[in-house]
Amino acid sequence: MIEEIVVSVLLLVGCLMSLAAGIGLLRFPDLLSRMHAATKPQVLGLLCLVMALAVHVHQWVWVPVLVLIWVLQAITAPVSAHMVGRAAYRSKHLRPQTLVQDDLAVVVAAAQEREDGEDPAHRVAGAPAADASRDADTPQDAPGAEPGHASDPEPGPDQPPRP
Amino acid sequence: MILTVVFWVCGVLLGLGALASVVRLVRGPSLLDRMIASDVLLVVIASALLLRGVATRELISVPFVLVVAAVAFLGSVTVARTVASREEGES
Repeated sequence: MIEEIVVSVLLLVGCLMSLAAGIGLLRFPDLLSRMHAATKPQVLGLLCLVMALAVHVHQWVWVPVLVLIWVLQAITAPVSAHMVGRAAYRSKHLRPQTLVQDDLAVVVAAAQEREDGEDPAHRVAGAPAADASRDADTPQDAPGAEPGHASDPEPGPDQPPRP
Repeated sequence: MILTVVFWVCGVLLGLGALASVVRLVRGPSLLDRMIASDVLLVVIASALLLRGVATRELISVPFVLVVAAVAFLGSVTVARTVASREEGES
């Protein structure tokens, strides 16, 4: 009886998380808040359902597999959310007025500034090395296909044909 | 007796969540919105597999939950990288 109640509560909480994620996906205005809603069933909902299964099935053999499922999900969910959030920020898929604080703007601006400052130095330092390797290997090579140009932060107009 | 009712209620809740994520998947304005919606849909599928395992006391669906979790992670990371590199190439 107690086991039934525990399993019922865990199942209901876990499934309510999925419903909450669906409602949040429909009603939230921009991408970052939708990501916030989507995280709920990924961690807490799955934890509740896995615990319900572990309580309901009286076999200790399956407990490590269930723990592995939840740990894998809990490790990979922040990674994918981080990458999606960065891609959304870079491609301007968010409303800046909904942000309370924007720490990434400072970092992006500093990186852009550093990149712009280092741009001529890279060209001066990279050009002789590329010329030397070109002279050593094949004198008549395509000018854009040198490995020394791969680290250039600002690719020239002859870069796109490179595979 | 209680559990049978709970199973039906949970099935309805999961169905509503899946329906809402499918609506967002169709309507989503950008590719990343659709990606998040498909991520939620995969989590709902994993939850349904676990619910089936509880309902039937069979654990044959547990490895598939693992596979679904791995597929969701790989898919979202791949799409995020694709979107990021495409935007960087355009600008």
